[in-house]
Amino acid sequence: MTAQYLLKDVRPLGGEPTDVLVAGGLVAAIGPDAGDASENAPDDLEVIDATGMVLLPGLVDLHTHLREPGREDAETIASGTRAGAAGGFTAVHAMANTTPTQDTAGVVEQVWRLGAQAGWTDVHPVGAVSVGLAGEHLAELGAMADSAARVRVFSDDGKCVHDPVLMRRALEYVKAFDGVIAQHAQEPRLTQGAQMHEGVVSAEIGLAGWPAVAEEAIIARDVLLAEHVGSRLHVCHLSTAGSVEIIRWAKSRGIAVTAEVTPHHLVLTDEEARGYDPVFKVNPPLRTQADVDAVREGLADGTIDIVATDHAPHTREDKDCEWAAAAFGMTGLETALSVVQQTMVDTGRMTWADVARVLSTNPARIGRVEGHGRPIAVGEPANLVLVDPDQRRVVEPARQATASTNSPLRGRELPGAVVATFLRGRATVLDGVPQDDPADPRYAAGRVTP
Amino acid sequence: MRHLLSTTDLDRAAAIRVLDTAAQMAATQGRQIKKLPTLRGRTVVNLFFEDSTRTRISFETAAKRLSADVINFSAKGSSVSKGESLKDTALTLQAMGADAIVIRHQASGAPHTLAHAGWTEAAVVNAGDGMHQHPTQALLDAFTIRRHLTGTATNPDGVGHDLAGLHVAVVGDVLHSRVARSNVDLLHTLGAEVTLVAPPTLLPVGVGPWPAAVSYRLDDVLAQGPDAVMMLRVQRERMSTAGGGFFPSPLEYTRLYGLDARRLATLPDHSIVLHPGPMNRGLEISADAADSPRAVIVEQVANGVAVRMAVLYLLLSGDGDTPGAAPATGAVPALTSTSTPATAATTTTAGATA
Repeated sequence: MTAQYLLKDVRPLGGEPTDVLVAGGLVAAIGPDAGDASENAPDDLEVIDATGMVLLPGLVDLHTHLREPGREDAETIASGTRAGAAGGFTAVHAMANTTPTQDTAGVVEQVWRLGAQAGWTDVHPVGAVSVGLAGEHLAELGAMADSAARVRVFSDDGKCVHDPVLMRRALEYVKAFDGVIAQHAQEPRLTQGAQMHEGVVSAEIGLAGWPAVAEEAIIARDVLLAEHVGSRLHVCHLSTAGSVEIIRWAKSRGIAVTAEVTPHHLVLTDEEARGYDPVFKVNPPLRTQADVDAVREGLADGTIDIVATDHAPHTREDKDCEWAAAAFGMTGLETALSVVQQTMVDTGRMTWADVARVLSTNPARIGRVEGHGRPIAVGEPANLVLVDPDQRRVVEPARQATASTNSPLRGRELPGAVVATFLRGRATVLDGVPQDDPADPRYAAGRVTP
Repeated sequence: MRHLLSTTDLDRAAAIRVLDTAAQMAATQGRQIKKLPTLRGRTVVNLFFEDSTRTRISFETAAKRLSADVINFSAKGSSVSKGESLKDTALTLQAMGADAIVIRHQASGAPHTLAHAGWTEAAVVNAGDGMHQHPTQALLDAFTIRRHLTGTATNPDGVGHDLAGLHVAVVGDVLHSRVARSNVDLLHTLGAEVTLVAPPTLLPVGVGPWPAAVSYRLDDVLAQGPDAVMMLRVQRERMSTAGGGFFPSPLEYTRLYGLDARRLATLPDHSIVLHPGPMNRGLEISADAADSPRAVIVEQVANGVAVRMAVLYLLLSGDGDTPGAAPATGAVPALTSTSTPATAATTTTAGATA
């Protein structure tokens, strides 16, 4: 008999406390009598005292790097989605910069199947825009869209689709299957050899600069292209105050653009580079406090639609070296919700309903992900996350579920903790612990103890 | 002073202490027997990931004049080209018992990482990292400026002085120059007024907060009568060719920012001309200027040895926190009296890059 869960005195979207019954893969009942709706014997009904806890729709990440196939030494689809579940996610998008590249139906189906086998979250492969991410020829977008993976988000992330003609063609082409181009906005010529945000800190510490204009110029071009051809554009990891202004302007013109910000761009600045610790090396780079303030404001007022992690695990050898030799990227799946709580909820900028919007409803809508980002209502798929906003925890990368340790928040105390995650009614996380299948030897070694 | 990574590690007292110690070292270098027994039994490793004959030889000479054992380790391009990593190199040198590591690296911050990653116990001296810092170059420049512009008949090296009231123009490729960054910080600490002169393309975005004035016009700055003019090498090897380069042509650069005989003649009589070398003769400096009596470029090289002797001395025998690190017997007498206060003065380092 499938387990059923009764969440007692839980606050859906941070609202008034009530009881929620999870049964049959669905939200089966809501209200003070919800427990009565269970058809299980009382012994088979797991009751969770959720007093003070918030219930959100399962989180949807439009932007992760799960590294498989190719770099299983940094992360696998199983370890990355396990980290996702621990962070409250029920669906994640896996970026295309794998080896081989996710630029054919075969590779995206492989990623999709590995995600389904792992069972921690739904995995939606992102298709490459161009063959091999080379920026020269369109990949077979239609084949990926029609594959079992049903790809709807296409991106050369890690690289910018910098050729304006190729970008235009891609924007037009994906209209046939309601796809979206997710652009990594980085003018390559302005960022040759770039190591960090170009400004006061880079001038002082002598690292080659990554100017804000290299992001803003591409976004400005792309929103105009999207307007011209009437297509959907999604801007990945927007990081500058100027980018927020451009998106605001584009939306005011009715252009179909959406934008994301990462947790790290909500909380960290380029000052972190002063110690030359490559854990703070990321692309786009950490910006200034003024940029952090602007992206927070943009997220609060809806200019920025979503938070996406850009979870980018790297092996120790790729980070345990001098700055210039280190890889770009940082992990984020297990800290994203806490960072959003700290920077947006605890500061009064957003409600928990807003959190559900930017971490679940909007990303599911942009990615055309069915069954996720739904209202918490009877009959909806039970893709849910139970959050305790009052817990506090210190980030310890070695104890995280991700296979890599490059968390920029190492040693910091963050508010909030994921208590439970439900994927179609099945608890992937309970009491904050990923629910490994004891029969599956793959998980035995990495099992996290509470 | 545990390491010397940046001139921002030095406050005014510490900087003067290094310069005064260098003056004592320089005095010994006029003797027939130049070698001092001070660092006998200590091991100094020159770890050079980037070509540099001049700086390496200068450090090697300095260490040998102090009787240290010197190991030259050339590892050009090692880490970036996926050879041995900086970490493994550091662990190797630690296992071999290096007391000091003099590192030059093409990556900004590599000496900082070497000093703070827990890979080695050795004292780390930054001999130039990427576009960041080259502190001993700035110290030898300050030593040279102080000697020429504050020295007197009875105190020819200007011992005890700072550089207050002096105006130094730093001219050329500031953007790619670790020499410029180190000099701006140190000259400011010592009370000098600094003007950076460069085409706008060769100044970093973010130069605003630097403790220096900025000018795009060399002739205007020379008309102010600077006491010292420091010409920077145009670092063509660091320049991206994107956009066709940082200036239209070498000829135009020379016309606008080169120091030639005509510009030299406009300087006050006491002004001196410095260049960290190696020079691009005919580009940033003409032969007339480089070989003129007011050019102190060759003297900078000689002073470099004295300054590096002082730095190695202060790092390796100036502090007592390393067991068995007491100065060897027979240290130069003049230094013995200053070594204890040197410790006190040099521990007040500013943690600007922490």
